[in-house]
Amino acid sequence: MITLGALTGGIELGLIYSILALGVFLSFRTLNTPDLTVDGSIVTGGAISASFCTFGFPFAPVLGLIVAFIGGAAAGAVTALLNTKLRIQPLLAGILVMLGSYSINLRLMGDRANLPLMSGDTVYTSAKAFFSEEWGSMVFGALILAALIALLYFFLKTRLGLALRATGDNEEMVRASGVGSGNMKLLGLSLSNGFVGLAGGLLVQYQGYADIGMGVGMVVIGLASVIIGEVIFGTSRLIRRLIAVALGAVVYRLVLAVALSLGMKATDMKLISAVIVVIALSLGAFGESFSLRNKKKVMRDA
Amino acid sequence: MLDIRGMNKIFGAGTVNEKLALRDVDFRMEPGEFVTVIGSNGAGKSTLMNCIAGVYYPDGGTVTLDGKDITRQPEHKRAKLIGRVFQDPLKGTAFDMTVEENLSIAYHRNQPRGFQRGVSKADRALFREKLELLGMGLENRMREKAKLLSGGQRQALTLFMAVIAGPRLLLLDEHTAALDPGAAKKVLELTDEFSQAGGLSTLMITHNMKAALSHGTRTILMKDGGIVMDISGAERDAMTAQKLAEKFEIDNDRMLL
Repeated sequence: MITLGALTGGIELGLIYSILALGVFLSFRTLNTPDLTVDGSIVTGGAISASFCTFGFPFAPVLGLIVAFIGGAAAGAVTALLNTKLRIQPLLAGILVMLGSYSINLRLMGDRANLPLMSGDTVYTSAKAFFSEEWGSMVFGALILAALIALLYFFLKTRLGLALRATGDNEEMVRASGVGSGNMKLLGLSLSNGFVGLAGGLLVQYQGYADIGMGVGMVVIGLASVIIGEVIFGTSRLIRRLIAVALGAVVYRLVLAVALSLGMKATDMKLISAVIVVIALSLGAFGESFSLRNKKKVMRDA
Repeated sequence: MLDIRGMNKIFGAGTVNEKLALRDVDFRMEPGEFVTVIGSNGAGKSTLMNCIAGVYYPDGGTVTLDGKDITRQPEHKRAKLIGRVFQDPLKGTAFDMTVEENLSIAYHRNQPRGFQRGVSKADRALFREKLELLGMGLENRMREKAKLLSGGQRQALTLFMAVIAGPRLLLLDEHTAALDPGAAKKVLELTDEFSQAGGLSTLMITHNMKAALSHGTRTILMKDGGIVMDISGAERDAMTAQKLAEKFEIDNDRMLL
């Protein structure tokens, strides 16, 4: 049977993966581009966060998270520029940045494949000291997530946010309306990978180490979270959709926690993630989506 | 207003598929003019329009709008002065966004896009007031997503979005071709109405010769990348679709309808 500890652990991790899911939502849904940069930018965020924690000065963990966001955003910006300026296909641009960032991430971690946080001070230890030993991590994770969802929601409702959303929807219309679609892709992919970098930064501080291999399959986990959330919690309005996507990551983690407690091998996780995404995509269980599939369907219905 | 000089456009230069889509086109439009463009497929109509809109750059010649050379200006920058409606109703609106969000994107094309509220109360009131004038009931569906609208409604909305920010030039690329006759008529009526806006010049491509002669103030005919006929005034009033077809040996029956 699943223990309370496994349950809270699943939720705490889920709250971190929610931020990853929001990042993937931005690229996959808002910009209509599956962005593979994620597998690299999450490690970039994690490596930066870990390095800052090892510095050990006051507020280093918080500062590390901010720089992790910027580091992730920089990776996303490179992908966007490869796509818009050099006309490399989005998928390939993401793969190239993912590959290139591997070397950068190793350097960020001082040429080590694994960087444990020896000093021990992280945002989570502070949160535990401030709230309570038992619930500190969860309260902190929930607060950060709520703040990010609110910020993202209000941003997507601004003039700039509308232009960004329309870019994934209909690039021609956006250009005809005086919006530089290349700039919007730059903004969107930067923001998306900024979220991913932040998630990586939090993950590292939560688990107490950074690992060069921690990014493998993260984009699939993000996609799975987006799809699960949308299917379970609905997509009728933007705010509902953002919350749905975030909760999708928590559900995903909880399901994994249960599966692990029932004896599934931890190393099978990635296969399960891939299978979940395959099933969801093949069933067309998209909810209301920006995808071409639905566009055609609506045309038929009209 | 719009002044095109010596415009050339070659597709697939140096390949076996090389095609001279525009050859030394000179074309001027005055403020307030409504020009209809006819010609068979491959005559260069859409290429001309796309070179004006900046979808691609011409290989030779210049485009001047309001005295400013925009030949090499990026598409999204010149969109501040140019409104466009495409043939495909799906291309004109952002599918998964609401009617008012679509309008907002079009309406604020001349203003900085920052962290201002996407659709303000004042915007909403203005959109409602103007949508009522379309007479399609869209004013009551402002919070619905664009994909829920019919093709005709969507094309009317696109047309409205194209003129809402007060452009100097309106480009219509067979914008009624994909609509049923009733919706096409309505959209053409709206086109006539909007083109009356002070100082707005309209360029409309159509495959329908009757529509080409009954709408607007001037008609040009394109063939093999050049303008072979340019009529207005009494000469145009005396012209019929039948005469046009005979004169230019247009073999396309569809254009006579």
